[in-house]
Amino acid sequence: MAGNLTSSGSEQVGAAVAERDDAVVVFDNVHLAFDEKVILNGVSFTLDRGHTKIILGASGSGKSTILKLLLGLLKPDAGEIWINGERTDTMPESGLMKVRADLGMVFQEGALFDSLSVAENVGYRLYEETKMPLSDVRARVEEVLGFIGLHEFIDRQPSELSGGQRRRVAIARAMAFKPKILLYDEATTGLDPITATTVDEEVVKLRDVENVSSIVVTHQLRDAFFVATHEAVRDGDGRVRVVPADEQKCDEAEFIMLREGVISFEGNAHDLRTSQDRYLRTFLS
Amino acid sequence: MSLLKLLVDWLKAAVLEVQEYARLQIATVRAILTPPYYTHDIVEQLDAIGAGSLTVVLLTGFFTGAVLALQTGLTLDQFGARPFVGRLVSASMIKELGPVLTGLMLAGRVGSGIAAELGSMMVTDQIAALRALGTDPIRKLVVPRVIAGVVMAPLLTVIADTVGIIGGWLIAVLQLRVASSVYWSSVLEGLYPQDPWMGLIKPLFIGFAIVSIGCYVGLRTKGGTQGVGRATTSAVVVASVAVIAVDFFATRVLISILY
Repeated sequence: MAGNLTSSGSEQVGAAVAERDDAVVVFDNVHLAFDEKVILNGVSFTLDRGHTKIILGASGSGKSTILKLLLGLLKPDAGEIWINGERTDTMPESGLMKVRADLGMVFQEGALFDSLSVAENVGYRLYEETKMPLSDVRARVEEVLGFIGLHEFIDRQPSELSGGQRRRVAIARAMAFKPKILLYDEATTGLDPITATTVDEEVVKLRDVENVSSIVVTHQLRDAFFVATHEAVRDGDGRVRVVPADEQKCDEAEFIMLREGVISFEGNAHDLRTSQDRYLRTFLS
Repeated sequence: MSLLKLLVDWLKAAVLEVQEYARLQIATVRAILTPPYYTHDIVEQLDAIGAGSLTVVLLTGFFTGAVLALQTGLTLDQFGARPFVGRLVSASMIKELGPVLTGLMLAGRVGSGIAAELGSMMVTDQIAALRALGTDPIRKLVVPRVIAGVVMAPLLTVIADTVGIIGGWLIAVLQLRVASSVYWSSVLEGLYPQDPWMGLIKPLFIGFAIVSIGCYVGLRTKGGTQGVGRATTSAVVVASVAVIAVDFFATRVLISILY
């Protein structure tokens, strides 16, 4: 895929694209402003099933706002948002609750519930919003905590965990109910490089092993490139390894650069690295 | 001109606050009337607001009744009416001091606690996480607290009234040397049949005002830990004023209805 620089960042997609089988998320010409401050100005993009969209941008460029719009925590002033073929920007809160069953979100700093244990946090949705038997919920909690390597912390409180462990528990919470789309809001910000790589590997594993479509919001370039250029493979003994991805797999991860509320770049990791745009060069340096 | 603009802006902000508060209450009432219900959260809040406030209410009620007996004993002596001390203690505690002082204690303990807890959840994205996980924060957080506040405020008031009258009895017997039987018959004589209703109905509104203000202020918190501090202070101040104001208006209405 060739990278392109778009001044308005808008591409008319609309309902036809939303109905395409492989598009799980469609953002169509979305505008949002808080009072006089324009946050998003005609942002459009699509996310295909099993793919990754990495949203880059400086602080305050509107990256996290996109995730909040996707979850329905905010409503756009104009434009359309489609998730799994359903238009969500005009949906009432009761309808959004059903859409959110397919969306997992990893918040900046984790946003774990302080008063609940790790097990209760991870199984929260299953405990509270489904009729799944408690023993099955516990089994699923143990399974996902095992997947992210934190099984021994199951009965701890969030306050007893390190920053990296909290992020990984947040990932476990987001994946416990098997969503089809995972949204990561600065999941590695503030972590040391080793812990950040552990979190990045979880993102890659979920995408490739569980076939989860991902939107990764970050301004950590190192983590963005790691997710875009690695893939998870299962060995003969069933163990999952994260290895450098081939070219085709790399193309499935697309970058978006947000600048002052508009998309100033769209393309894959190679396009981003070779772009001659001055702002991008400054951002990458 | 700028003063006028300031006034207009202040009025707009005040109207907006009232509108948002009213919207939250409408959503809360709707959530109370329709499922799903988070039963274990309701039980948890009944315990936190009711059992958790018991000590402070017991102490406040007891000492208020005791000091009331001391003070009124002195005044009644001027008219040779010391045996009537029970009347004053029971009427004052049941009609006014019980509901208001229990309300003020709850505003300090429960209102601040709710605002701080929900405020912390707001600034750490836990409320957004709840919504993202498919939970309506009003049903999960606000409804249990409102139910617990409305149920427990009258119960705590009855307890405060009872220990207040007992406190007054101890002072009457030990200090004022009023016979125990005289005190208790005076306690009953001092009350109109409608007074207990007045003492029970007012705390319903007071309890609702305290928890709904705590929830509203908590859910509007912005600005990190500093914001949580501001929200907590604001909840206590607004809820305390609301206790007095609600007491006045409820008394006015109940007098016209009951008496």
